[in-house]
Parts: sequence; structure tokens; C-alpha cells
Amino acid sequence: MTRTEIEQCEICPANPNAKLLHLGAKIDGSDHIVALAGNPNVGKSTIFNQLTGLRQHTGNWPGKTVTRAEGAYVYDGKRYKVIDLPGTYSLLSTSTDEEIARDFILFGRPDVTVVVVDGTRIARNLNLVLQILDITDRLVVNVNLVDEAKRVGLSIDGRALARELGVPVVLTAARTGEGIPHLLHEIANLASGKVFTKPFRFVTTSKHVQRGVEQLSQLIQKAYPAIPNTRWIALRLLEGDQSIIDAIRHGELGLLATTGRRDEHVAVEGAGDERTQ
Amino acid sequence: MNGRSDTPNKSILAVANALRWEIGEGLHDSVTADLYREAERIAGVVTARSGKGQRLDLDRILDRILTSRAFGFPTMFLLLALVFWLTIEGANVPSALLSTLLVDQGHPFLKSLSAAFGVPWWVSGPLVDGTYLAMAWVVSVMLPPMAIFFPLFTLLEDFGYLPRVAFNLDFLFRKAGAHGKQALTMAMGYGCNAAGIVSTRIIDSPRERLIAILTNNFALCNGRWPTQILIASIFIGVLAPPYLAGAVSALAVVAVVLLGIAFTFLVSWMLSRTILRGTASTFSLELPPYRPPRILHTLYTSLIDRTLIVLWRAVVWAAPAGLVIWLVSNISIGGVSLAAHVVQSLDPLGLLIGLNGIILLAYVIAIPANEIVIPTLLMLTVLFHGIADVGTGAGVLFELDSPAAVADLLHAGGWTLLTGINLMLFSLLHNPCSTTLYTIYRETGSVKWTLLSALIPLVIGFTVCFFVAQVWRIVVGV
Repeated sequence: MTRTEIEQCEICPANPNAKLLHLGAKIDGSDHIVALAGNPNVGKSTIFNQLTGLRQHTGNWPGKTVTRAEGAYVYDGKRYKVIDLPGTYSLLSTSTDEEIARDFILFGRPDVTVVVVDGTRIARNLNLVLQILDITDRLVVNVNLVDEAKRVGLSIDGRALARELGVPVVLTAARTGEGIPHLLHEIANLASGKVFTKPFRFVTTSKHVQRGVEQLSQLIQKAYPAIPNTRWIALRLLEGDQSIIDAIRHGELGLLATTGRRDEHVAVEGAGDERTQ
Repeated sequence: MNGRSDTPNKSILAVANALRWEIGEGLHDSVTADLYREAERIAGVVTARSGKGQRLDLDRILDRILTSRAFGFPTMFLLLALVFWLTIEGANVPSALLSTLLVDQGHPFLKSLSAAFGVPWWVSGPLVDGTYLAMAWVVSVMLPPMAIFFPLFTLLEDFGYLPRVAFNLDFLFRKAGAHGKQALTMAMGYGCNAAGIVSTRIIDSPRERLIAILTNNFALCNGRWPTQILIASIFIGVLAPPYLAGAVSALAVVAVVLLGIAFTFLVSWMLSRTILRGTASTFSLELPPYRPPRILHTLYTSLIDRTLIVLWRAVVWAAPAGLVIWLVSNISIGGVSLAAHVVQSLDPLGLLIGLNGIILLAYVIAIPANEIVIPTLLMLTVLFHGIADVGTGAGVLFELDSPAAVADLLHAGGWTLLTGINLMLFSLLHNPCSTTLYTIYRETGSVKWTLLSALIPLVIGFTVCFFVAQVWRIVVGV
């Protein structure tokens, strides 16, 4: 190919990478904030590297990322800041790394949260997805490691999963970069509001709990009309989650009230921690 | 926040409290069970299993060997020994090449260059003889072993071996009253103790996290390997016939690593029975699937993320240290250099524990970075014993082409096999570097724990060296 041909390919609209520009660690002045969540050891850091062009070290063991890493990219003219959160099994925040992840999704309110899911362990990983769906509706589910799933003889129906969960689902094999253009596309659609989600909200089977949640979430709704996830907060209160109780006592719950764009500083200072080598 | 009074917040909390009593204790379990059931159902709908996976079987066979009661520990030991042996054997040639280039040729070149431009000695001395040579030394001694060790370690990590190590060691940590995940933070400590301290965030219980922080220093960090490897090859390797020297040196380093692990357990056990009393909490550790490491990618990231970052730190600290060495050697009080004063006053204590004053002074100068212990030692030895024909003047970090030359020099400086062994022990058992101490302070927010984490290994180091020296003198009689 001649040089001009290559240049033409790079700007062709059919080439999804034409719209992508890695920004590495240059994170100032972003249009949208994207959080990467997921269980430990599902390839979040690999996805993070693929999006930002950074080469953060990845390791094959749970607990590799204990602090937040931040990076950025430009896609289709918009700047995205990506935050790689520590891997967690749940949002119950029992250790520092889990707390960092949860506080960011709750109080940092990213424009899009990408939950990375291990394609070989869908059932176990979906626990976390269902919990995050209860907090935010701006969610993309990214089933990663589909190459590994294929090797162990598992096939995953992304469309069926999207139907079940009511949010976009993208299948990727991040180690080889497969599916990343699709992921970029879905993130952009959700961030710009081109796509709406109808998140699946799981219902507890216990009538007792249902009534309690109902009663409490009505009270919260009245006090904070703009909060989108009152049911989840009610459930956490019933479970006696100390950090949510504190958030209500100190009035921080109001931070959850506004949807859409919020002050950049709130998001940036969400869990306040820099990376340490 | 939005100008509301506290009343709705208080009533929400009151209602929540009342409802919590009404619903009772089973809430968490019932919600969790609901979540799991729902997740199972969805997973069932969207996944299909076709035939039997080949790789799962292979994973199982590997796990049966690598985590078995009989073979788990021997394989761990062998892999460790293999990695060290490759590092020691492989690093010799490139080390010599770099030393020729940076020290034998680079240093005279810079000297003649500064002479040509008429730079006065009190400028070229600290800059070229102090700062440049210290940096050149650190690069030629450290770069080759690190460029071999880190990729090997990273390959094991990417393959998925580390969680298996944690699994193997878990029951020992539990017996010591510590958290099983401490095996992982310990593994991080082999790269860098400061990174190991940060990684203790994966431990839920504050008590067990403190134990992991206080004992992380017993994981030999990369800044201390060059010391271990060099001393092992010139004092212990030479005891064996030449074709076995590499293997014997590697085994000596492995022995020190294992001793560090033993101290990790011992100190954890003592802490959990005294000032950090409590029982070990349970946790679940996922054994991730084995993944074929991508060799080229691993080489790249381990070179950039680990080797170069660590090397950069060493070079940055070597520069001021080189300057300090030059200064303490060239500033005299009453006709005797500052270094000589300090070494003389430290000598009695040093000799009592089988070391010497020079080694103790080197460890004081090297508090910012363990990497510069060896260059500092050699320079001070030359200076203090007035050995001629090596180096080019007071406070000059000089060139030594081979471990044999280093050995000759150290023997001339009064070193014995005991000094070598005790230096290896002291290199394992002394205070963490200043970066690590600062990290400990930041993570714990407590001066008390920071001080304790420096004192515990220091006291152990002095005690162990003292006893080894006494026993040695009784048995060997030197």
C-alpha cells in the first residue's frame, strides 16, 4: 500500500479505529467519565490498557489493582476519562479496595460504568452485575475472555444477555483486542444519550423484605425526589450498611440526587487516591 | 446538602431501624440467596456448553501437581532456585560489558573531557568521581540481573502461579494467626516492599493487614538481590568447584529467601499473640485459570513497568549517595576524613556482630535505597584500608571488572566468609528503605507502626548476626 492509501484507511468511517485516539495519562478536560468495574482477575486492566493505550502492568491474580488508575482517550471527537477500579466480588465494602470501587460508582457517578465479566464464570460474575444495576442504569456489560470461554467449550449469547439485563452487552477478548471497537461504540452511545437502558431490577422473594423496601424507599423518595436508586438504598439501610447510614446522617445522600452531568470535582475526588508504584 | 433540615433524614433512619428489627437477621442471607438464584437463572439462559473443554482438564492436572501436599512445596522451591540460577548465570556477561562501557571507558572519557575544559577538581570530583561513577556502577550491577529476573517473575505471574503459592502457604499463615492473602502481598514485596505495602489493601481485617505490613520487609526486595547475588558468588560460590559455583550461589540466595519466609511466619505468629491479638479470618481465594503468557508483551511490560522504574529509582538515589560518599571521604577533621571517624566509632559494634564499621556506615548511607549498598561498601573499603592500585583517589567509586577482583579487595579489607554470610543475613534483616517507611506511614497513618516496622527487623538482624558470629567463632575459631 502507498502512504496515501494508508492515510485514507485511517480516516475511513468504516474503520472504527479511525475515531479512536489514545490519550494515555493525559486526563484533563474530559467530556465523559467511564468507570471500569468487575470481579477481580477478569481483565479490567487489560481493557483499560486497550482503551487508553497505556501499558499498565496486568497480572493473572485477583487483587492486582488495589488503587484507582486513570487514563483517557478520544473517540469520535469526545474526550473520555477512564477509571480502572479495584476488582470486587460485591458492593458490600468490607475491605479498602472494595470501598474504593463502590464509593466511586455511588458518589463519583460516572457517565458510563462498564462491568467487566469473566466469560468463563458468568453466573458468579452476574451477582456483581445485578448489584451494580440496582445503583446505576448507565451500564455496559462487557463479557470478556470469550476466547477462553470458547476453549473450555462455552458459548455466550450476548443478545440474550442484553435482553435479560436491559443494558448493552459487548463480547470481547481484550488480550487480542477483539471486540474493543464495539465496546467503544456502546460506551459512546450510552454517554451521549443515544441509547436508553431498561435495567433489570431483581426482586427479593421475601414478602417481609419487599414491604420494608417499599415503605422505606417511599420515604427516601419523598426526602430526595431526584435519587434514581431509592430501592437499593432502602435495602442497604435494612441490612444496616454503616456507610449508607452515615451518608444519610451527614446528608451526603443528596450527592446522589442529580442525574446526568455533574461537577467534575466530585467525580475526580470520589475515592481520592493516587497510584503508588 | 440541599438545604434540608435533618428531620427527614432522622425519620428515615428511625423507620429503617424499626423495620430491621421486624425483618430480623435473615435479611442478608435471603437477599444474597435471591441474587445468586437470579444470576444462575440468567447465566443458564445465555450460555451453552458444547462438548468437553480440553483446557479445564489440563488446569486440573496442573493444579493437582502445583498445589498438592507432596509436590507443592518442592516445585515452589525448584522454580525459585531455577529463576535465581538463570539470573546469576545470565547476568555475568552483560554486567561485564556494561561495566567496561560505562566505567572503564566512560569514566576516563569524562575525566579527560572535564580536564580539557579546565573544570576545577572540586567540581569534577563530586560530579564525575562521585555522582557519575555511582550511577554507572548501579546501572552495570543492577540492570542485567533485573532485566532477567523481572521478566521471569512476570511470566510466572501471568501464567497464574502466584495464587497457587498463596494457596500452598495459606495453612501456614493461618497457623501464624495471619491472613492467607499475605502470601500475595509477600510476593509483591519480592518486587518492591513499598508496592507490597500498598498491596496489603486486599486484606479486609485491619489487624491482619498490620501484620502483613510489619512483616513485608522479610520479603527480599529487588534492591537487595544484587547484594545477595554478588556476595553469594564471591564468598559461597567459590567454595564449590567452578562448574557448580552458579548453582551453589543460587541455592545460597534461595536459602536467604526461605529464611525470610520463616521470619515472616515467626514474626506474624509473635505479633498475633502479643500486640495484634486475634484469630485469622476466613476468605475465599479464586484460583484463576492458567493462561499462556504472551512472551513479547510480558518482556515489554516487565522491562518498562518494573526494570526501568526500579533502575531509575536506584540511579536517582545513587547520584546524591555518590556525592555524599565523595564528601565524607574528602572532608577532613583533624587530618582524618569524616568517613574514617564514623567507621572507627562503628567498628567495635560491627565486629562484635560479625560485620564491620564500613558495612554499618554503608547501611546508613543507603537508607534511601538498598541498591547502593555494594558500591558504597567497596568505595569505603578502598578508602579506609588505603589499598593502592585500585581506584583513582579518595572517594572515587572505582571499576572492578570481575567478582574475583571484588573478592580480592574485600579479603584485603579484612573480610572473611563470616563477614559475607552475615552481610547476606543483615541485608535480609534490617530496616526498610525510606520509601517503604514513608509508604507504611501513609498507609497506617501512625508513627508508632512505622517505627515498629523499622525496629523489628533491625533488632532481629543484630541478634541473628551476633549469634551467628559467636557460634562461628567458637566452632571455626576465627
